[in-house]
Amino acid sequence: MAAIVVSDLRKSYGALEAVRGVSFEVKEGEVFGLLGPNGAGKTTIVEILEGYRQRDSGDVSVLGQDPRTAGRSLRERVGLVLQEAAVPPLLTARELIEMYRGYYPHPRPTGEVLELVGLSEKADERVRRLSGGQQRRLDVALGLVGDPELIFLDEPTTGFDPSARRNAWEVVRNMRTLGKTIVLTTHYMDEAEHLADRICVIAQGRVVAEDTPGNLRARTVGQTQIRFSVPQGVRMEDIPVKADVRDGTAVIATSTATRTVNELTTWALGRGIELPNLEVVRPTLEDVYLELTSDE
Amino acid sequence: MSDATVAARQVRYEQKLFWRNPASAFFAFLFPIIFLVVFATIFKDTNAPVNGVKVKYDDYYIPALVTFGVIGACFTNIAASISIRRDDGILKRLRGTPLPPWAFLAGVIGSSVIVSVLLVVLTVGFGVLVYGVHLPNHFGPLLLSLAVGAMTFCALGLAMTVAIPNAEAAPAIVNGVLLPVVFISGTFFPIDPTSVVTKIAEYFPVKHFINALFTAFDPAHQSATGFVGNDLLIMAAWGVVGIVIAVRRFRWEPRRT
Repeated sequence: MAAIVVSDLRKSYGALEAVRGVSFEVKEGEVFGLLGPNGAGKTTIVEILEGYRQRDSGDVSVLGQDPRTAGRSLRERVGLVLQEAAVPPLLTARELIEMYRGYYPHPRPTGEVLELVGLSEKADERVRRLSGGQQRRLDVALGLVGDPELIFLDEPTTGFDPSARRNAWEVVRNMRTLGKTIVLTTHYMDEAEHLADRICVIAQGRVVAEDTPGNLRARTVGQTQIRFSVPQGVRMEDIPVKADVRDGTAVIATSTATRTVNELTTWALGRGIELPNLEVVRPTLEDVYLELTSDE
Repeated sequence: MSDATVAARQVRYEQKLFWRNPASAFFAFLFPIIFLVVFATIFKDTNAPVNGVKVKYDDYYIPALVTFGVIGACFTNIAASISIRRDDGILKRLRGTPLPPWAFLAGVIGSSVIVSVLLVVLTVGFGVLVYGVHLPNHFGPLLLSLAVGAMTFCALGLAMTVAIPNAEAAPAIVNGVLLPVVFISGTFFPIDPTSVVTKIAEYFPVKHFINALFTAFDPAHQSATGFVGNDLLIMAAWGVVGIVIAVRRFRWEPRRT
């Protein structure tokens, strides 16, 4: 069963085509990562799904309803965490959660929500005395408080320091274990890789790849690099495999790293040469991502 | 929880927000009293010609400054606080919840009305105790005029947010619109009713609000009923214009730059 179905979605702002025929499905209970650089159209797509923006064309179904016309009955089942934390500074964390609880038919208990985002200790602090990361977590708590079936997280960790990011990731994993469907927008590859069951890469308003993190990584076959510094007295022609030499470093691209390393080392041992700084580098998902999202 | 309960709770949250900003709460209440003290001192023991009779200046200032206070609590407060919260994305976030928009607005308006009521009691009480002004002669018409005035200026405050591009611009725009009208409407001193200034002021709601309250206070016992239908009608017409603009053009999201 699909929580979200999007087909051939299009949206322009004046002459700018922000979304150019995007299609994807989000399954119930999965964490779906929408990944792409700034300005790729991610937020426009998410805001159409959330009901903030009207699409120009295409079909969109969110929990079986069209967000363009659904209104309140859909908002009761969906939790939002927008790109910027928006929490009134003069209320306490607990008061704010209590206030939001009143908006939903079946809210989760306040204490549980505070616990889930790790703010139990700060429950009675006024929001303005919380750090940026804590405010963001409170924002996530407001997205959870209505016990939604589906949660949109729009760049939840932008601007976080590394430890705050780890904490936020923990919160997302907690939500996943509650069985929620999560749509996570991010421009951090590692975030999508850690959290998402499937990743949809968006660039210039189009889907350029949609797959599991593992399968995306599999695209890197053939792109493993072997590198070493070329020793004194060794000429390029001497090296037994095809290599590019840049600034004294030999770079060999290969899809059969084991065999190539063996050839290289056999040759080096036979001639009594040490290969300084020898390393085998597997491309990261980051490299795949950068390649996918680079301008054509 | 029923929608009415949710709306009542919104009033409570708006009140909390208001009182937790003590500086702005303090000045909302103090401003009319400061003006009262200043003018009462300057125009000590003099009379003002109002509606063809001479009354004590203090008896004129109470209705005028009550008007000023209610406009501050309704129009200025709503226009500024909504603009700030819209800029901060707080309204956008609320719009994504099942909270009905009318319940949110009921909270904002309800809270402004509570502040207005306190302000009227405080200003009139101060005037009566310190300067010996007359208590209002017509209580029913006073309440009716206050209700129409408060609603009108709440509606105009909501409509005003449509013209405010961002929170930084809010004070300049609100005061730029409000102060000239307040001034020509005779809030700070009565203006000759035959002058061009008064003719202009009569197109705007402030002058009619002052006049409605003055007629309800009626210190010289000129009025049998305590209200002039025309004043209430013109105010209400402005209120309706405000509501139409607010309903059609209200924005929940910050303006994209």
